[in-house]
Amino acid sequence: MAENAWILGINMTKFGKHPDKDALDLASEAALAALKDAGVTMKDIGVLAYGNLMGGSSGQMLQKQIGQTGIPVFNVANACATGATALRTVILAVKAGEVDFGLAVGVEKLSGAGLLAGGTRKEDEPTWTPHGRFGAVAAIDGRIGTETMPGVFAQIGMEYGYKYGGTSFELFARIAEKNHAHSTLNPLATYSKRMSLEEIMNDVMIAYPNTRPMCSANCDGAAAAVVVSDSKLKTLSLEQRRRAVKIAASVLTTDPWEEGCQVLPNVNTVTRNGARQAYETAGIGPEDLDLVELHDCFATAELVHYDNLMLCEPGGAVDFFNSGAPWRDGRMPVNVSGGLESKGHPIAATGIANVWEICHHLRGEAGDRQIPGAKVGLAHVIGLGSTCGIHILEKSAA
Amino acid sequence: MASQIPLVDYLVLGDEPHLIAHECEQCGARYFDHRNACANCSGTSFKTVDIPTEGTVTTFTIVSLAAPGIPVPFVSAIVDCGGTPVRTNLVNVEPDPEHVTLGMKVRLTTFSLGVDSAGVEAIGFGFEPVPSS
Ligand SMILES: [Zn+2]
Repeated sequence: MAENAWILGINMTKFGKHPDKDALDLASEAALAALKDAGVTMKDIGVLAYGNLMGGSSGQMLQKQIGQTGIPVFNVANACATGATALRTVILAVKAGEVDFGLAVGVEKLSGAGLLAGGTRKEDEPTWTPHGRFGAVAAIDGRIGTETMPGVFAQIGMEYGYKYGGTSFELFARIAEKNHAHSTLNPLATYSKRMSLEEIMNDVMIAYPNTRPMCSANCDGAAAAVVVSDSKLKTLSLEQRRRAVKIAASVLTTDPWEEGCQVLPNVNTVTRNGARQAYETAGIGPEDLDLVELHDCFATAELVHYDNLMLCEPGGAVDFFNSGAPWRDGRMPVNVSGGLESKGHPIAATGIANVWEICHHLRGEAGDRQIPGAKVGLAHVIGLGSTCGIHILEKSAA
Repeated sequence: MASQIPLVDYLVLGDEPHLIAHECEQCGARYFDHRNACANCSGTSFKTVDIPTEGTVTTFTIVSLAAPGIPVPFVSAIVDCGGTPVRTNLVNVEPDPEHVTLGMKVRLTTFSLGVDSAGVEAIGFGFEPVPSS
């Protein structure tokens, strides 16, 4: 029988601009705070998993700042699911019984990074020469569709509209309006300014229907979590046991083959498969959730994940949103942190920061934005390529 | 002497330009890129199939911010061509949501990307609205 695993300590830094701190400063801050929150030190930790997708720092570099104890380090990269992958990695080690404590850290420095993916189009060569797996004689981004994230996820949301109807520019903008409204209660968010529907719709268009405030915010930030085994937790103090959060499910899935999935990434099936596994493992259904943090890298993405996480009937995401359910006072609050659109999306930190948000509520420590009596929550990320990470978390009974 | 070259090797030029795909002989999965094996069934034999030149827009976006060097705005779309999804730009249409709609009927068209120093002309493809009759 594999060990259960618990979050013993967890932290996220303020997300936003940190011009005076580098990735190691932020990672150290989150890691040391998570250790303190857990009531342990680096000497207790048996394994470290570390993600810094765009920055190139490593877990070994973090160890050289906060504790070189000789333990194994896994440097992980899984696009926007990097943080969830780091967490999943230490959970695997704990559940396998190899270590009592694991530390997962994700960090990114992205303030002012602009448009991610795509880069700069190369100049055409002097002679047309076929290259690559499509035998292309010139760059295809912008000539055969788009490779930018806002455009790819715009198409993912619009595809939902083609299948089920009911979507519009205004509907997607209203999703962003909700998340920006939620962010006003989150002091750690990059942006915590309420935005009106008009402001959102009249802002700079990036990739229709996504305007700038409907896109995830590039920012600096880090998050870290200490994971402990069930058997070790039993030996710890009542205070530690009371604040520990049970990891009822930790799931990573990749996208299975489907027609067209190599033409437009399919983030739907990969999420649905992950959700199904997670609910089954946790022994709960979506109706048991008190709050959800899902991967709203774009407003168009949030809509499809209502359906993919089975928060609504298949095809019912528009009605679900229009019912008011995902607002913080609705029956299924989604992204009460403000989500990636306003809290921010420091890529490798995101998959731990959303778990932090859930833990904060389950511990009853979420202050003004506390969802009253929260007992169970779900954190979801998508890394394009694709990976889905889902963690279901439960309040301690201690 | 080849005076024209397609932008990608799955575009076939000539009197009736069209796209081709590699179809898995075992399961029928279709791919546009060079294949090592089938992602669905791991089969390794493929045949070349022609893709219909007309289809339906199943999703689109109008890209207003792209990497430097890419002219904007442009319309990126997925077109369902007889059951095979194709990634493309929509061309010969105003890039705004009044003129581009989900479910619109479109057809393949080709255009010049310019002539290189050896005198070879590269030909790209896009999909354009089918005029209502
Ligand atoms: Zn096959």
